[in-house]
Amino acid sequence: MEWETVIGLEIHAQLSTNSKIFSGSSIAYGAQPNTQANLVDLGMPGVLPVLNKKAVEMAIRLGLAIDAEIAPKSVFARKNYFYPDLPKGYQISQYELPVVANGHMDIELEDGTVKRIGITRAHLEEDAGKSLHEDFHGKTGIDLNRAGTPLLEIVSEPDMRSAKEAVAYMKKLHALVRYLGVCDGNMQEGSFRCDANVSVRRPGAEFGTRAEIKNLNSFRFIERAINHEVERQIDLIESGGKVVQETRLFDPDRDETRSMRGKEDANDYRYFPDPDLLPVEIRAEDIEAVRATLPELPAAKKQRFMDEFGLNNYDADLLTQNREVADYFEAVAKACGDAKLAANWVNGEVSKMLADNELEISASPVGSEALVELLKRIQDNTVSNKIARDVFAAMWNGEGSADEVIDKKGLKQITDTSAIEAVIDEIIANNPKQVEEYRSGKDKLFGFFVGQAMKASKGKANPNTLNDILKKKLEG
Amino acid sequence: MSISAEEVKKVAHLARLAVPEEQLEGYVRNLSNILNLVDQLSAVDTTGVEPMAHPLDMMQRLREDVVTETNHREKYQSVAPEVENGLYLVPKVIE
Repeated sequence: MEWETVIGLEIHAQLSTNSKIFSGSSIAYGAQPNTQANLVDLGMPGVLPVLNKKAVEMAIRLGLAIDAEIAPKSVFARKNYFYPDLPKGYQISQYELPVVANGHMDIELEDGTVKRIGITRAHLEEDAGKSLHEDFHGKTGIDLNRAGTPLLEIVSEPDMRSAKEAVAYMKKLHALVRYLGVCDGNMQEGSFRCDANVSVRRPGAEFGTRAEIKNLNSFRFIERAINHEVERQIDLIESGGKVVQETRLFDPDRDETRSMRGKEDANDYRYFPDPDLLPVEIRAEDIEAVRATLPELPAAKKQRFMDEFGLNNYDADLLTQNREVADYFEAVAKACGDAKLAANWVNGEVSKMLADNELEISASPVGSEALVELLKRIQDNTVSNKIARDVFAAMWNGEGSADEVIDKKGLKQITDTSAIEAVIDEIIANNPKQVEEYRSGKDKLFGFFVGQAMKASKGKANPNTLNDILKKKLEG
Repeated sequence: MSISAEEVKKVAHLARLAVPEEQLEGYVRNLSNILNLVDQLSAVDTTGVEPMAHPLDMMQRLREDVVTETNHREKYQSVAPEVENGLYLVPKVIE
């Protein structure tokens, strides 16, 4: 009998503010331990939290982008638990009245269908510090720089039915927060992390008992962790066992999830409204002020790229995952006038080189204007697409502009028919056997002659001219 | 409304408070009395009254997003029981 997987995600997005959510400490990454932890962050007696306006605006921003309700009155609550990296003994979070509620986001499945994922809520809260478990002669080291960093916890409905859907949702949200400029999306630094609630059931039955998998900080891990957890639960139930509601940790080295013991009664958080903070009022004009600053969102941009530039779904999707990439593409497409060519290059060579060198497009050694210059040389037949890739590599390495590289390396395409004819004549003369076979019907050999001719011209022969002349000569 | 000895123990554990066995009964009685007192509030008809999240009928003032704090680590750590390499040291929390 078959099983159905049910997944809900809780995603923590670190907000790109300058200062902490309740204090004036910096949240810059990588500072020396505890140099960005002041009296409020340390939970000293007698201090009071003061809410960061920007954090509230960013929550509204996300709320508007997912078509959610923005609470006119929002309340902060204390979530009580003991852990050394939480100095106050409670985390300031939101419980009953979060800033954002009842939103949704559409994801595209592999077969092209669109599925709507409900977003229950998104609430503001403070991050905890970091515990370092290396050996400090039997003790644990605590760095509270991260304590008080603003987070937006975005909670989905249990609407996903496979690990692939969960990844699609997470990627979409990842792109969205970056578009909105509310989170840098850096998963390695923990700016965007995910907990997954996973359960299985017979199709149509009530939800099964769920396990929560903590701290999944890459798209690859989340897919693997969910698939392994689903397998574990099915094996457990089919062998007569029962899934217990618990928190589990994914171990990527062993490819398994395992129980985090000792947290059974920690789930009793005894939330209550934080008496240190008054309710937050969000007026209609505050919401409209934020709405006026919203950028074009990924879904709208993708549709526009398809309509305006005639791109296919795949290209448009890739190009709109990241706002800077989309801007780069758009600049190139408009300047060179051939959107398909621009899309192929941005999704091809440019993306490949960026990935190989682990660079963001903003740090690309070949800017959009430099790429346009190169594409123009493809369009006017100065170089072939293939040679252009070599030129691009040279440009990437700082060897000059497209024209400089083409000039310096003598890569200008040979369009002169007599030169190409001479090359082909020689090849035909040197390969009588192949010529005979070709003429007796072995069409596939055409590729062989093209290869020989390209090699002889060091790739510089114009491919169209070459093909035409070759065909004519071979048919002789 | 009354609270059981088990509940008192659980709440005390969650709050990391040590309650000696011989004082347990006193806590049960006193806490139950407090809850009973609070229960009396339920007698008031609150139909149409919006619940308050805070005793002050005011709204939160917000802070501009500006870094105003500077590093005072040495000062703060001078009163900590134990520090090393800028970290606060605490008893080991995982095995």
